[in-house]
Amino acid sequence: MNSEFKGIIVIAICIILAYLFINPGASYERIDVVGSTSVQPLVEKLAENFTSSHEDIRIYVQGGGSGMGIRSTKQGLANIGMSSKELSSTEKKNLTEITIGKEGIVIAVSNQNNIKDLSIEQIKNIFNGKITNWKEVGGNDKEIHVITREEGSGTRSAFESIVMDDTKIKDSAIVQSSTESVKQSVASDPGAIGFVSFAHMNDDVKPISVDGVSPSEKTITNEEYVLQRPFIFLIKGEPSKFAKEFLSWIKSPAGTEIIKKEKIIPVK
Amino acid sequence: MEKNRLSEFLIEKSLVITAIFSIIIILLIVLFILMEGFPAFEDYGFFRFLFGMNWAPSDGEFGVFAMIIGSIYVTLLSLIMAVPLSLLCAIFMAEVAPNSIRRILKPVIETLSGIPSVVYGFFGLIVLVPIIRTNFGGTGFSMFTAALILTVMVLPTIITISQDSLRAVPHEYREASFGLGATNWQTIRHVIFPAALPGIITSIILGMGRAIGETLAAIMIAGNVVQIPGSIFDPVRTLTANIALEMGYATGLHYNALFGTAIVLFLIIIILLLIANYIQHKYKVDVGGGYL
Amino acid sequence: MRGLKSQKIISPKTSQKIMNAIFIISGIITILILVLILGYILIMGLPVVNLEFIFANPIDSGASGGIFQMIVSSIYVTLIAGIVATPLGVGAAVYLVEYAGEGKITKLTRFGAETLASIPSIVYGLFGLAFFVVAIGLGWSLLSGGLVLAIMALPTIFQVSEVTISSIPSSYREGSYGLGATKWQTIYRVVLPAAIPGIVTGVILGMTRVISEAAAVMFAVGSSLSMPLSIFDPGRPLPLHLYILATEGISLENAYGTAAVLVIIVLVLTFVSNYLVDKYQRKIMGR
Repeated sequence: MNSEFKGIIVIAICIILAYLFINPGASYERIDVVGSTSVQPLVEKLAENFTSSHEDIRIYVQGGGSGMGIRSTKQGLANIGMSSKELSSTEKKNLTEITIGKEGIVIAVSNQNNIKDLSIEQIKNIFNGKITNWKEVGGNDKEIHVITREEGSGTRSAFESIVMDDTKIKDSAIVQSSTESVKQSVASDPGAIGFVSFAHMNDDVKPISVDGVSPSEKTITNEEYVLQRPFIFLIKGEPSKFAKEFLSWIKSPAGTEIIKKEKIIPVK
Repeated sequence: MEKNRLSEFLIEKSLVITAIFSIIIILLIVLFILMEGFPAFEDYGFFRFLFGMNWAPSDGEFGVFAMIIGSIYVTLLSLIMAVPLSLLCAIFMAEVAPNSIRRILKPVIETLSGIPSVVYGFFGLIVLVPIIRTNFGGTGFSMFTAALILTVMVLPTIITISQDSLRAVPHEYREASFGLGATNWQTIRHVIFPAALPGIITSIILGMGRAIGETLAAIMIAGNVVQIPGSIFDPVRTLTANIALEMGYATGLHYNALFGTAIVLFLIIIILLLIANYIQHKYKVDVGGGYL
Repeated sequence: MRGLKSQKIISPKTSQKIMNAIFIISGIITILILVLILGYILIMGLPVVNLEFIFANPIDSGASGGIFQMIVSSIYVTLIAGIVATPLGVGAAVYLVEYAGEGKITKLTRFGAETLASIPSIVYGLFGLAFFVVAIGLGWSLLSGGLVLAIMALPTIFQVSEVTISSIPSSYREGSYGLGATKWQTIYRVVLPAAIPGIVTGVILGMTRVISEAAAVMFAVGSSLSMPLSIFDPGRPLPLHLYILATEGISLENAYGTAAVLVIIVLVLTFVSNYLVDKYQRKIMGR
């Protein structure tokens, strides 16, 4: 009975293996889009809508971060890279950038905080550790807990280049690895301050207006609200026929509509 | 017959390959990690990398010392909590508990070791972090919170292996001790525990390895601040967390520096493994299943 | 001496009683920890889990919808790991027990397996990225992830197989030799069939270890939400999905559900391997 048993197992494994290996027929074209987790949800939406009308194309959208997007596009692992920050000149090498939209970065505090407005200077000093108590900026006597994103996050580097000048975010700031976890930490801690992307804003936290300008689609579009960053697609060399098709679809009215729905400001 | 001998020969040779396969893989791992990590050492300087206090990839600073300390602190803190509990539990299971209770505890410990680390991390994030925040202030993301979860994660390792080594103490020892009129506890304390000590130390070292290598639970609850913590309620970043956290963003030398971090981690694990092997060799401990 | 001193203050009988109490408490604490964690995850997660959650695909980056893609991905990577690691692990065990005896190769192999088992999963993750994804060029795919996991499952499968095969009485082998069988024939027809339950247990234990891995596969399988159609497509196994849901705070509710599903899978696998070990020990070792 044992050898029969074994025979059946071997045959079963062979069938499964054969299925796995033969199945990847050339019945679809694969586009790999890799990079920034901030851009990812938008591209997932775009891909979903695009592929529903192009059944011969499958788009795999993966996060990982802007750096991963830059690296893997250069290595040729990804057809399209996603970045939520401006590229440095060394990073730019060999890559073509296509800006698909821009997004605001919102300074958020807990709903229990009575602060409504901060100047860029105040935000800078809070994040670099010069201001450590809310009473110094007109709030209650409460210690400030600074929450930031990890090194290399597109949101963080955009925030740093706009707000921090040549100072640095203080070392004791809590590091959270996503916009949503920053938001959760801010929501549950009355003394916290953090920055989150505009598209992720909801009632859990309170947005602070910066130099009197509150973040909204209008103020981001006309650049009155200065805290914003671009959403960029990266391509190495000439895009494949299918990637090109996807890219031009994104710039079409149908694509723009979806970008708008995700609270991103489309860029022509 | 000739044909038979040839196929026997071929089979034996291919089995040799499977036997040394793990060694081949280890060499490959070492090779690739070194290859990717080496540029960081070359450009930044090995000792500057190892003992540098400043980790700021955007400014080209790659010192991992604070994270080495972070990893060690978190691990030691979790061992301080895990060792007493797991040793008591191991002695209880090996020497004291009746069979019926043993039969409950054994699957409990197996299940504890089977729970995915990301589930532990999730539990810590959702349950422990808020509790620590309300009771001890700060943000709740701290070395202590992480150590609590790691404690639970190393429990099964220490319990299983030290229990094995307690069981391996020859039965005559116990009988001799009882014969002298000693109580069960006296026997455990003066006879069995000392005899099993090398195995118990091995179990603690292996538990240590598991705690140092743990990644996701540490990321989710330790706060990930690159600093040498002043108190146990300060947030820290471990070596493992550093890799997983920044890999997605790293380009250029930063990418190499993360592989460099992995080399440091690998070295620590190898050192622990060598110590464990030395103890096993010296005291002829046979801890069936003694893996990190 | 110190022992004697303390006994002057507390009599041996009392200290025995105190210690017994402490032992029992330590056992209870251990059980409580498990009950607390499992209870919390299951109580919070099970209400989310229903057929639709299991068989629907994720919507809005996993904020709503189900986890079918993740279950499929998990099955793929775990099966690949099992299929690749089993022949390697069993082969190594057979060689050590039947051919090598105690010697250099045996020591080397054991050291290798021990080291493999001790390497932190995140280091495997980096290796998977540098080797399978980039150097070999498999890209982010279920295959890359499965191969990383195969390396992780290898030591467990090897170790359990080695114990099992060496526990098979030599009388089995002698009988076969007596009938004129060659060494391999003996192994293939006598030793391996007798060892199958033990080997299966080892494979299940190895798979339990790897099905809960997220750190090792996070740089190798990708994290795409689209349903993989072959092993060359990227996927997102359950633990990785849970990690992403929890750290990116996409949906707490779905994170609970995913955690519950994962925990149940691990519980079932642990139960099955326990059952097999029990049955096998009774059969072969007469315990």
